[in-house]
Amino acid sequence: MGFLNNYIYYIGAFGLILIGLYTILVKHNLIKVIVGLGILDTGVNLFLISVGYITKGTAPIFSRPGIDSEHMVDPVPQALVLTAIVIGVAVLALALSLAIRLYQHYGTLNLRKIREQRW
Amino acid sequence: MRRIISILLLVILAFGISLSLAKIPFGTPKTKVGRYYIDEGIEETGATNIVTSVVVNYRGFDTLGEVTVLFIAAIGLGAVLTGSGGEETRKKQPASLVLYTGCRLLFPLILVFGTYIFIHGHLTPGGGFQGGAIIASGFLLIYLGCRERRISQRASKLAESLGGLIFVVIGLLGLVFGSYFLLNFLPKGTANAIFSAGIIPIIYIAIGFKVGSELASIIDNLIEES
Amino acid sequence: MIFVFFLILLMLVGAVAASIFRDLISAVIAAALVSLAAAILFYFLQAPDVAMAEAAIGAALTTAIFIIAIRRTKRYEE
Repeated sequence: MGFLNNYIYYIGAFGLILIGLYTILVKHNLIKVIVGLGILDTGVNLFLISVGYITKGTAPIFSRPGIDSEHMVDPVPQALVLTAIVIGVAVLALALSLAIRLYQHYGTLNLRKIREQRW
Repeated sequence: MRRIISILLLVILAFGISLSLAKIPFGTPKTKVGRYYIDEGIEETGATNIVTSVVVNYRGFDTLGEVTVLFIAAIGLGAVLTGSGGEETRKKQPASLVLYTGCRLLFPLILVFGTYIFIHGHLTPGGGFQGGAIIASGFLLIYLGCRERRISQRASKLAESLGGLIFVVIGLLGLVFGSYFLLNFLPKGTANAIFSAGIIPIIYIAIGFKVGSELASIIDNLIEES
Repeated sequence: MIFVFFLILLMLVGAVAASIFRDLISAVIAAALVSLAAAILFYFLQAPDVAMAEAAIGAALTTAIFIIAIRRTKRYEE
C-alpha cells in the first residue's frame, strides 16, 4: 500500500502514454490517430508535473506577506508544461486541417484505402 | 500481424521504463535551480507569482519561440483551408430567442473575466495564455449560439499582429537600454500592486490579446462553409 | 487519497474508451473526460496555473475543434 501510495501518479501518466501509443500504431482511421496523439500529449504533461512535486509542499505563489517559503513545489516544470499545452493544441489544429483536405481529395479517411489508391 | 508486433513493442517499452522509473523517488527535491528561483524571485523581478516570473523573465526567450509556433500553426491552417468551403450547404435553422439573448448576455461577462485573468497574471494564478483561451471560448459561444454573426477578419488580424509586434519591440528596447534582449528595464515597484514587476504585465497583456484572437481565427477558419 | 485513486482510474478507463469506440464523436467526448480528470489532478499536485490552462485549452477548445472537423468529414469509423 505504501508503494501504491507513492507511485500512483507515475502509473497513471505512464498508462496514458501507453494507451496513446497503441492508438497511434494500430487504428486505421485518421481522426482516431489524432485523438491518440492528444492523449499521448496529456500523459507526458502529467508525468512532467508529477516529477516536480515535493511532499507536503504548496503552490509557488507568495500570496500573503508572511508565507513559509521553505516547502514550495518546484516552479520550473510548471513553466515548461504551460508551453507544452499550448503547442499541443496548435499541432492538433494543423493536423485536423490536413485531415479535412485529405478527405476532400480521396473521399475516405481509411489509411489502408488511401495507401492502395496511390499506387 | 501489425497488432502483435505493436503489443510486443509496448511491453518491451513498459518493462524498460518501469525499471528506470523505480530510481526516481516521488516527492523529493530534484533540482537546485528551482530553489534559487523561489528564494531570489521577488527581489529580482518583483512578481509574486513565481511561475509567471519564470515564464516571462527568466525564460522569456522560450515564450517568444512558443508564440512563434502558435503563429505558424494559425497561418498554416488558414493557408491549407482556403478555397475549400462551399460543399453542400446544410439548411441551418435560425436560433431560438432564448438562446440568442442568453449568448448575447453572457459574451461581455466572459470577455471581462478573461481580461481580469491576464491583467493580474503576476499576482494570482493565471496569465496570458489562460486569459486568451477564455476569450476564445467567449467567441466560440457566439459562433454556436447566434449562428449568423462572424467576427471581422481585419480586426482579428490587426490584434494578433499588434500583440506579437509589442512583444518583440519591448525585447529590443531592453537591448537599447541595457545589455541584453528582454532586460527588465522598468521600475519594480512594491510587491502585490498591479503596476509592479517591470515589463511583465505589459508582455502578458500583449500575449493575451494575441493568443485570444489567434484561437478565435482558427475556429473561424474551420467553421467557414460558404 | 482515495479520491485521487478514483480519479486516476476514471482517467485510464476514459482513455481506453476513447481508443475503442467506433462513433468518433463518442471517442472525442471520452478524450475530453481524460483532459478534465488531468486538470483536477494538476490541482492536487499544487499547480494552479497549469490546471487552469489544461481546463481552458485541453477540455474546451480541443473538443470544439475536433467536433467541427468531424462535422466536415465522416462521423463513423471507416
